[in-house]
Amino acid sequence: MFTFIIRRVLYSIPVILVASFVLFWAVRSTFDPLAKLRQAHDPSVIQREIERLGLDRSIVEQYFLWLKAFVTGDWGTSSRTGSPVFQLIGEALWPTAQLAFWGLLVAVVIAGAVSVYSAVRRYSLGDNLLTGASYLGIAMPAFWFGLILIQTFAVWPKEQFGLAEPPLYFVGLHSPGESGFNLDYLRHLVLPVAALMIALVATWSRFGRAAMLDALSSDYVRTARAKGVPRRQIIWRHAVRNSLAPFVTVVALDAAVLIGGLVVTEQIFAIPGMGRLFLDSLVAGDVFVLLPWMIVVAIAVVICNLLADIGYALLDPRVRLR
Amino acid sequence: MSGAGLAGNEELLAEQGAQQGSARQLLRRFRAHRLAFASTIVLLVLLVVCFGADWIAPFPQGKQDLLLGPTPPSLEHLLGTDELGRDFLSEILYAGRISLAIGLFVALLSTFVGTALGAVAGYVGGTPGELLMRITDLFLIVPAIALLAVIVQGLGPSPVTIVFALTALGWTYIARVVRAQVLSLREKDFIEAARGIGASNLRIIVSHLLPNLAGVLAVGMSLAVASAIIAESTLSFLGFGVQSPQTSWGSMLSQAAGYVGTPQVYLLYFPGLFILVTVLAVNFIGDGLRDALDPQGKHL
Repeated sequence: MFTFIIRRVLYSIPVILVASFVLFWAVRSTFDPLAKLRQAHDPSVIQREIERLGLDRSIVEQYFLWLKAFVTGDWGTSSRTGSPVFQLIGEALWPTAQLAFWGLLVAVVIAGAVSVYSAVRRYSLGDNLLTGASYLGIAMPAFWFGLILIQTFAVWPKEQFGLAEPPLYFVGLHSPGESGFNLDYLRHLVLPVAALMIALVATWSRFGRAAMLDALSSDYVRTARAKGVPRRQIIWRHAVRNSLAPFVTVVALDAAVLIGGLVVTEQIFAIPGMGRLFLDSLVAGDVFVLLPWMIVVAIAVVICNLLADIGYALLDPRVRLR
Repeated sequence: MSGAGLAGNEELLAEQGAQQGSARQLLRRFRAHRLAFASTIVLLVLLVVCFGADWIAPFPQGKQDLLLGPTPPSLEHLLGTDELGRDFLSEILYAGRISLAIGLFVALLSTFVGTALGAVAGYVGGTPGELLMRITDLFLIVPAIALLAVIVQGLGPSPVTIVFALTALGWTYIARVVRAQVLSLREKDFIEAARGIGASNLRIIVSHLLPNLAGVLAVGMSLAVASAIIAESTLSFLGFGVQSPQTSWGSMLSQAAGYVGTPQVYLLYFPGLFILVTVLAVNFIGDGLRDALDPQGKHL
């Protein structure tokens, strides 16, 4: 198991390096890092920046220059705000991590429950309704769903019942002056988490249902049934356990999708996290933030994929031998 | 088609060559999937009313009626009017042209690129095939919506750059599926036989492998249409989509976001419903095609 993990970790390093080079090349060839300086009409400043970033050298040399600074913690300063990029990303990570944690937790629990129910009660009314709901969840833009949630659960009840405050909030993660884990925090979390998880729950529950059905129609389940193992035990100890490994893999491989969803969700609910940082930087053409942003996100996704592999190996001993 | 007609077709089918027979059989199997058949009609209607908007839409594009202002749905304005008094139904039909065109173009282009690269990678195998798969892996590391936004913003937002960006990311999925399929097909006996009688590689790929890929390509293409339409709307919402004065369902939705909490909130629902219905229809058609084209008739 230990060598398996080491091997997977070592394999991830070149993946990140190659990905970072491709991203570096893509960003350098589409965005001009000196765009803002050029407005100042000061040739000496521009010349200094060209030398500092190595813009007169080849793209490979530029990349290694950048990589060296990146690895040593020198991430540069944002051309938009003037503050250090390391600090900007550090501050943005916390709200995003909270949202990702709750979204992932709620999505996995709901998708898992739906999978088991739908597979055990296959073609029942409940299964058919859930199947229909998942088709809808996959077919609609998540931001539209988020906006409808705001209208339905925050704006409408406030107007309809003449409340001073909406029952659920839709701006930020805390009211001004509030912090920590309290009712105010939960009232802020419900809507963004719901908007974030809808598409994930829809796809994961379809996949989980298929995996459960697969397990339920397998030989070991038939054997267990034949020797009189109680139904509840067959479902939870045999079928669920065996469909857990592919389910975990799909969830972890969707890490990039989750982060994409966070970008949209943070925009809808004005949450000052990584997604907002990305959009603000992109609009301002701030390559000094965009590039480290994408590398940090890429590393996060690679770590999730790594955890997926390790999780699979823990849940299914057969793959360790490969 | 009546029952008698069907029987007549079967006699015909026996007489005619297998090629045409299989096309008819295909149609019959597709029609058996009622949801997919109904979806085809819905999609065709949407295509006609959107691309024929010049003749069908009740009001010309952008026709303002400032004295009227925003009104809720009525008999004259079926979906109401926005704050400039524009008929919302007409605006949606005109906007649908760009949304649907983006979806269709992206699906066609990424299927073409993905099939070509995937088929070659699968057929040649070895290092080039592995290399292609590692390249597609890279696309999975950064969130698609972030990459799309960067590409579109870098090149300047327009329907053309959006199609380009969506294709640049979309081909990888089809390439993966096609490669996997080709890898298993190329070991089959009929490919061996074709090689035995001296068929060229190109001929094997084009006339023996590609027809067997119809099922996965149909599904892949329908998924591509669906995801392109949703991705375009999300890009528009984030501010990197179709720019005014051009409109798409996504850009209408992103404008309607400002109506949340106002009496005109109904304007938020309609463009989204058009996206929802289109994507649902396309997904059902994909399901129907997969069932109709799968020779073994087994699927998840």
